[in-house]
Order: sequence, then C-alpha cells, then structure tokens
Amino acid sequence: MSGAAGPGPPVGPGRSPLPCAPRPAAALQLSGGTEPARPGVAVIDLRFPRGAAADVQEIVFKNFYTAFLSVRVQRPGPSGSRRWVTCLRDLCLMPCPHTEQGAQDYFSLHRHQMLCDMDQVTAVRFILRQPSPVWLHFTIEELQIFPAGQKSPQKDFPSWLSQLTPPEQPASLHGELPDPEKVSTEVQQMWVLTEVIRARQAAARIGRFDVSPTTPLAGLQPRRITGGASWRGYS
Amino acid sequence: MKEPLAYMRKAQGSWEKRILKSLNSMCTELGIPLAQKRPVSEQKELLNKWNEMGTDEPDLSLFRPVYAPKDFLEVLMNLRNPNYENGEQPSFRNHLGLIQVPLKVKDIPELKEDFSELGLNIGQLGIDDSAQVPPEFFENEHVRVGQKVLAEQDSAAAQQYVRQGCPTALRADLWALILNISNQPEDILYYEQLKSNVIQHNLLVDSLIYKDVKLTASNDDYYFVFEDYLYQVLLCFSRDTSVLEHFTYSSATPPKSYIRGKLGMEEYAVFYPPNGVIPFHGFSMYVAPLCFLYHEPSKLYQIFREMYVRFFFRLHSISSHPSGIVSLCLLFETLLQTHLPQLFYHLREIGAQPLRISFKWMVRAFSGYLATDQLLLLWDRILGYNSLEILAVLAAAVFAFRAVNLMEVTSLAAAEAVLADLSTLKVMPLLQIFLFATVT
Repeated sequence: MSGAAGPGPPVGPGRSPLPCAPRPAAALQLSGGTEPARPGVAVIDLRFPRGAAADVQEIVFKNFYTAFLSVRVQRPGPSGSRRWVTCLRDLCLMPCPHTEQGAQDYFSLHRHQMLCDMDQVTAVRFILRQPSPVWLHFTIEELQIFPAGQKSPQKDFPSWLSQLTPPEQPASLHGELPDPEKVSTEVQQMWVLTEVIRARQAAARIGRFDVSPTTPLAGLQPRRITGGASWRGYS
Repeated sequence: MKEPLAYMRKAQGSWEKRILKSLNSMCTELGIPLAQKRPVSEQKELLNKWNEMGTDEPDLSLFRPVYAPKDFLEVLMNLRNPNYENGEQPSFRNHLGLIQVPLKVKDIPELKEDFSELGLNIGQLGIDDSAQVPPEFFENEHVRVGQKVLAEQDSAAAQQYVRQGCPTALRADLWALILNISNQPEDILYYEQLKSNVIQHNLLVDSLIYKDVKLTASNDDYYFVFEDYLYQVLLCFSRDTSVLEHFTYSSATPPKSYIRGKLGMEEYAVFYPPNGVIPFHGFSMYVAPLCFLYHEPSKLYQIFREMYVRFFFRLHSISSHPSGIVSLCLLFETLLQTHLPQLFYHLREIGAQPLRISFKWMVRAFSGYLATDQLLLLWDRILGYNSLEILAVLAAAVFAFRAVNLMEVTSLAAAEAVLADLSTLKVMPLLQIFLFATVT
C-alpha cells in the first residue's frame, strides 16, 4: 500500500494541517467471493479527533496511481442531523489510467472547487477509483487538510518589510448599493431641471466669462521681450 | 520539477553510482588524481598549442570510456515499476519491445497534429528545395521570410519558422536567435576565463574527452577537420559551473567528490567534474555538427552549452519526461509495433529487437549517422518544436523505409548491416511519408 517516500508536500508559510488519522484505504469487497478480488475501488475514511467539526479550506495529497477521485463530506443538514454530501465527483487524476501520467503527482483541492459548502465538516470520505488492472496498488498519500482562515504572516519577516502599503480595495458594493428607487427619482429630478432650463433659455448672456479687452488678466503683465530673453518677467 | 516517479529517481541514482564507481576505479587503477594543478611549463605549452590540440598525441591506451550507449540501454531495459504487473507470462500488460515501463507516448494522429507543419501540402526545406523544383515555388519566398525574421530579431517567430527548415546561409543566426545567444563581451570574457581554468588545472575528465574525440569525431569523414574546435569546446564545458543550473530540472544529480583526505566532510565537497556531466562514449558528437555553423570558439561554445542544457541532457538520463530517452525509446517501439507489426514480430523472432539498433541513433541525436546537411535539417525541427520526439519518429521511419530488406534478414548482425549506413538517407521525405502518407 505504501509508495516510496518522496519529498513532502509543499506547505504554505504559517499553515498547519488539521490533526486527523486517515485509516488506510479499504478496497470494496463483494460479499460471498471466494478469493479477494481487485475491484478497482477503494475508500479512505477520515474523522477529526473527538468529533470536532472544522471548516475545510484546502485538501492536499500525493497521488499513488489513483485514476479518479470523489470526495464526500459529512456536514450538518438543514434539519440539524448530519448527512453525507458529495463535494467532488470523479476528478480525473490520471488522464490515461494505463500510463504513468499524473500517477505520483501532488494535488490540491480548494474549497471553491467543491460542489458544496465545506463548513462544519465532521468527516471526509475519499472514494478512489482505478479502472486499469495493470497496477498492483493504488491509494493517495500524505493527505493533509487545512482549515479555513489561516493566513498568518511569516514570523521572521523584518518589520519594515511587512509594512507594505495595503492593496487598493475596490469599492465594496455589497450592502452599500444605493437604493435604485432613490437613484432613479434623483435622476428624474435632474432631468426635469435640465428640461425646464432649456425651455426657459433667455437670450441674454450670463456674462460670467466675458473678458474686458482692456483689463489685464490677474497675475500676468506683458513685458516687452528684449534680446537675451529671460523668463523673469513672467510671474 | 525534477522527476515525479519515485522508481525512476531511484534508477537514476543507482545508475549514477555505477558511473561514479567506474570513474573512481579507473582513477585508482591508473593512479591519476581526479584533478591537479598543471606545472607552469606545461601551462605555457598548452597555451601555445591551444589552437592545435589535435596534434597532441598523449598516451590514452589505458583510458577507457566510462560507459557506452549500449550499457545505458541495458539499464533502461531493466527499468521496472514495482507497482506494475510485470508477470512472466506474455499478456497485454507486457510490452513486446525492450522498454517495460508504461509511459504515455503519442500515436500517429497526435503526432500528425503536433508536427502539422511537416504536412504534405506545406513547403519544406529538404524536400521543396531540391534541384528539380523551381525555387520560385517555395525556396525564394522562404528565404525572404527568414531574412525578415532575422531583421526583426523575433525569437518566437524564428522558432516557428525553422519548423519548415532553415536556409543554410541563415541557419547560424536563426539558431542563435532561438537559443538566445548574442555573444556579448561578457560571454567572450566568460569563455576566456574557462580557457584559463583549462590551462591551469588538469582534470581526469580531460583525458576521457581526448579519448572520446579520437575514437569518434576524428574517425568521421565529415568531422575530423574540427578536432581542435572540439577540444576547445569540451574542455571548457567540463569546467563550466553554470551548467549545474540545469540539474534543477533534470532527473540527474551531479556527482560529488571530496578533497583528498577529507572524505565525507561536506565543507570539502565539490562537484566533479565542475559542470557535473561525465562524458560518455560519443559525447563529442553533440558538438561536432555545430562546428559547421559557428567558427568563433566562444559563440560555438555558448550554442553547444545551450543546446545541451535544453535538449541533449535528456538523452542520457532516466526520466519520465516526454522528450526523455525512455519515452523516446517507448515511442519508437510503439510506432514500429503499431504500423509495421509484421516487421516488428519478425525482428523480435530472430533476436534482433529493433531498439538495439536504433538506440545509438537516438542517444546521439543521429549525429555521425546521417549526412551533415540532413542532420542539420533534423536539428532545425528539434529547435522548432522544442522536443526530441522527432528522433523516435525518424528512427521508425528509417525502419519503415528499409522494411523490405529487413524482412529477409535472419540475425541481429544482418539487421545491423542493413541499417549500418544511413548517410544516403533524406530525412524530410522519410518523416513526411511516415507521418502523413502511410496507410494505417
């Protein structure tokens, strides 16, 4: 059941996996069979210690010749009792199950890739399928589950490096969207005003922007430019 | 990523141990240190003779190559996945060829798609520039486009362009453009520094290089004139520590050696040779064809180094990469078995597994087996497609071409004789027919 130990899976800084003890993969057995068949389906059950529930952020594992993976989680249902929900159906780990592609790769499953919510999960079940008969064993290894909300910065950064300017937050629209009714009444009022002004347009000029030809503009005194022009004359 | 499959990493590790043991035992037998400083008089002498090192005739009779391609083939034949059902009885699980690992290789429809620019209705240098075809049809236009690509200095366009072949006059510059070699003053200075390293220190690996050049390139009708260039490039290559960077993506690990008397102490560990690459029999043939294109030693050196860290290192290390030698061997055997099943079966029955003959072609990227102009057309496509799979396709195409003769042989030696001389073959028509014109 065990593959060769390779380098460990990459763990982000400041992240620690949830403690859990996955039981080894149990192959599906048909009752009444005389010799152990190799059904090509195995199940790994995982429960958190002491019945704790957790919000799952990410599941990281190393594949060992599993072709397809389905994941089911046990979470509290609407009525309060716990039910099993499929959160990942038949993810293809090995595109060509008879060949080595993807056979020993590392995979990472994020909560936003799942079909259902991953909050308050009490148990996780991995259903492994390997339809090709050429492999002797198949399983997944180095299984780690990371809980949500772990974004602690690295502790050994120098303090000046962590004082980065915060990224610009785009204007949050959630909960602060202006009321469309209110906006449309205001727009209507402004439109009515423009219509009224247009209707009452007088021929007389407002006179705000007229410039008297004799009054010099404030601050600028034209000077005669002599040879060796200098700009000192203009303020 | 170096190598995802654990058993391949292990196999590569044990192969490296074997090579190192062989090198160390040769060293102890002959009583020569792995590296020593040259006395000043010898340094002066070497500096004077730098451009004509071929005239030197050191006594190399006691040296032998560390390994030859056929030793490497034995290792690949014994490669097994412990999780795979390798039963003794023949079944659908066992491959009929020599390679028994189930890697994913492409079949002809996939290859047709990948190598679509080699199709029948697209002009190729190597086919459409022959004497019977008027140059207005394809050649003139193709040369014009090539000159434009060079003028624009567009590396991606150059890579796309060489898929249809490179005009001889433009090849040197186009390859340099694709490989990103510009021969700046810093590069020339770096080469001069390597040269001074060669002058100051003598490595055991130098003798291996000398021996290899004398055995292979010097005996070749096309390449013997470049003997001096080969020494100038390969001796510097052994000392170039920038080559160590390619070990981050190669499945291999550079061998470590310890200063005399300090065995096991990490502070006194160095990589030996300094570039981490131990040359094998035929290694100098990677450099020889490039001598036709580049005459300035520092540029020739850089082109070779870049080609090595991009392509050639995959031909002598065990990995599951699609361009690695294991995948190439499996691709060759699968293509042959699928499209020439009768020939494959016949050769297998007479004890002449096809891979035994074609392995040496692929490990050397056909250098020394094809005529030089044909070889350069083949290497154009390697650069253009950034993959070595074309070597396996060509090997299968050669077998397909000589299939009629091969069906009549009755022993491995006779099969080798049929395929001994490839120097008259035209590469591009063979590839085109095999990929696009063979009825399956």
